[in-house]
Amino acid sequence: MTGSVLRRSVDVNILLAGQAGQGIQTLETILTRVLNASGYHVHSTREIMSRIRGGQNSTTIRVSSKPVRAALRRADLLVPLHPGSLNHVKDRMDDETLVMGDAEVLFPDGNVQVPTFVDIPFKRLAGEMGNPLFANVMVAGAVASFLGVEEDILGRFLESRFSSKGKDITEGNVKAALRGMALGREQMDRGRLVLDIPRDDSTARDIMMTGTESVALGAMAGGCNFLASYPMSPATGVMSFLARNGGDLGMVVEQTEDEVAALNMVLGAWYAGARGLVTTSGGGFALMEEAMSLSGVMEMPAVIHLSQRPGPGTGLPTRTEQGDLELVLHSGHGTFPRFIFAPGTMEEAFELTIRAFDMADRFQVPAVILTDQYFVDMQCNLKKLGDVPSVVDRHFIKAGDGYRRYEITPDGVSPRGVPGYGGQPIVADSHEHDQDGHINEDLDLRVRMVDKRLAKERSMIESSSQPELTGPDDHSVLVISWGSTGPVVAEALGLLDRDDTAHMHFTQLWPLPSGLDGTLGKADRVIVVEGNPTGQFADLLQNTTGVPIPHRLLKYTGIQFYVEEVLEGVNGLLSEGGQ
Amino acid sequence: MTGGSPFDMDDTDVAWCPGCGNFPLLASLKEALDELGKDPAEVVTVGGIGQGAKLPHYINTNIFVGLHGRALPPATAISASNPNLTVIAVGGDGDMYAEGGNHLVHTIRRNPDITNLVHNNMVYGLTRGQASPTSQKGFQTPVQTGGVTLGEFNPLAVAIALDASFVARAFVGDREGTRDIIKQAVTHRGYALVDILQPCVTFNHTNTYQYFRENTYRLGDDHDPTDRQAAFELASKQGKFGLGIYYLNKDRPTFNDGLEAYRTDPAPLFERTYDPVKISELIESKRSV
Repeated sequence: MTGSVLRRSVDVNILLAGQAGQGIQTLETILTRVLNASGYHVHSTREIMSRIRGGQNSTTIRVSSKPVRAALRRADLLVPLHPGSLNHVKDRMDDETLVMGDAEVLFPDGNVQVPTFVDIPFKRLAGEMGNPLFANVMVAGAVASFLGVEEDILGRFLESRFSSKGKDITEGNVKAALRGMALGREQMDRGRLVLDIPRDDSTARDIMMTGTESVALGAMAGGCNFLASYPMSPATGVMSFLARNGGDLGMVVEQTEDEVAALNMVLGAWYAGARGLVTTSGGGFALMEEAMSLSGVMEMPAVIHLSQRPGPGTGLPTRTEQGDLELVLHSGHGTFPRFIFAPGTMEEAFELTIRAFDMADRFQVPAVILTDQYFVDMQCNLKKLGDVPSVVDRHFIKAGDGYRRYEITPDGVSPRGVPGYGGQPIVADSHEHDQDGHINEDLDLRVRMVDKRLAKERSMIESSSQPELTGPDDHSVLVISWGSTGPVVAEALGLLDRDDTAHMHFTQLWPLPSGLDGTLGKADRVIVVEGNPTGQFADLLQNTTGVPIPHRLLKYTGIQFYVEEVLEGVNGLLSEGGQ
Repeated sequence: MTGGSPFDMDDTDVAWCPGCGNFPLLASLKEALDELGKDPAEVVTVGGIGQGAKLPHYINTNIFVGLHGRALPPATAISASNPNLTVIAVGGDGDMYAEGGNHLVHTIRRNPDITNLVHNNMVYGLTRGQASPTSQKGFQTPVQTGGVTLGEFNPLAVAIALDASFVARAFVGDREGTRDIIKQAVTHRGYALVDILQPCVTFNHTNTYQYFRENTYRLGDDHDPTDRQAAFELASKQGKFGLGIYYLNKDRPTFNDGLEAYRTDPAPLFERTYDPVKISELIESKRSV
């Protein structure tokens, strides 16, 4: 063991690694909450294997003096809980990585292979305190002490967390955590690490939120009162959140027999005047494609949350990718308009989910919210999630005499009635139909009906917001991101600090705004950063604008880009020279 | 058809073949709804795809004609979103028993307050004559050229095994009987399956009107529909088809009975007010303390 010292004064990146079932998620919850309550900005993200026990997982917690919305690759402080953990995260370690752990657990042969190792016998000490399971809160205590967390804050948090498990367990955990803090302070006294990260007292009142919660709360604030879904990682959290919290709001939540039933139910719910949502991942959405097409011809609104994971097939079920854009864009047979939204931050997810409900209802089209495993599992602190609308505009009408469900109108939107409201029967049909909604094979009418449905896209574009452009107006380099990659690119470009480079972040992927060809054509070089093997959004932009986009920074390992990777990747593309 | 029914449509170009068993079925349904005093604007007829599933287009009610095999999920959702509506899901033996088989099983488990009428003509009509799950062994088709070898799907036995709350069989040649069973099915609180035997005059020359007349009988008064074992035995028996109510379980709670949304408020979802305060409180509860 050497006397290496970890010094950090802006932010520190903590990596917790261990097997499934070892309690990493509990550690993540404790640390993010108490560090946030102690004046730090926090951001955490996890990568896990698709298994309930065993394997090797890790969680990255970034602790900072400033708001953080992206993960770093470098591990400043590594806390391995299992002998295999060191190997699992070896690519993220460097000479400065301080490794804290229990040598007895990690190096059973007594051969400590890490020069920067800080040995604390958590297992033995926890056993002495009466329960080996206390080792985890002891670890939490040690890490918290490195960042100067007050004993009182940690103690109070653990009391509230363990209160349901009885007095003995609660008291034992608190004692073990305080012991962990004392052990941590010993290491600081020895000068092993100096973390002088300025605190921001205002964070103590912040909201701690996951991506899942921001989507689910956006659905609630969008007036969602019906959810039908089949469980599928990583999208299930939205269903669980609404099942747990939606009852008070009169929400119907049903776990269906399959994804086919889920979207068909949601269409039935919208027909009857409810506001329905499905939450799924790529494989589940593939089963919903026919119902997606039904939404198109029936002009029945639908909102779909699709949290992406790497395919094809079962792929990597618990990991991340931005690989389903083309699936969503082309899903469903036939031609019909749709919205595709992709949030990058919690605030965007909340606002866009509200918007998805409004736009789906207004234009009577399906609206998809594309997130991914990285996004839904991410946590960070926020000042404010967003404004909860005081009212929900519901776009159905009371149908009176002479009502025609599919009346041809200039903007293609026919007033939508609901059954049991207005005394007129309401027709919804999957066949090509006449203005009354009945089967009709008049081929001229067919053309008018297709045109009517597609006419909506013009108003959909007019009602859409522009992508967010950050950086100089006279830029020669334009770096483009969409969805969850946005904040990573934003931070990387901030570090790159070039006065010729701007960032354009898309949160609406379809329909695209008009005039993009001019925006893209103006830059000497356009770089698209996205998490899939081919550059699906780059292709979409290229096909839509006619501007060739050969420069693409792509990642499809199943892990989101780290800030360093975007920085290195963009730098590399820029230093290639030429165009 | 009955003259002057509020369920009649004006000027409809019906796509069924002359003599099709769907005609008397439609007439019985209209009579049943009329006799029950139903308001067309409070009835929703939900169809899948198939010749039978076109029925919603020929009846004056609210209609939702969706995808092949998928009538039951939207029908369930419509009833769960607005419990005031009378919801009737219609489709053929291919629609409900083949493509929609999984939904049939789980809709029975859910027990929504809907009626499910299955036009069972033991053949595929719209796709021109292939076997259906209820086609009888040996039945020759353009695909099953050597005759059907698969076992017949027994909808009644399956439904009784799953404790469906109302299970009946009718034959369109028995107009009054069909009408009366539909009336009881619509009145029943919970999921009601009515398997309705009908001939396909174009593609099934085996199971004709005459065949069904000779091979059906009305269940006698000695059958107790609350006796599940007896109902299962009767439904599983080979031979002639019994017509009437096989099984009835009035004790099963409906899907809506189990929904928190209706525990204190019977209003349809679309009539309810949105509550921004509760949502704001939920967001505020995420603040660290």
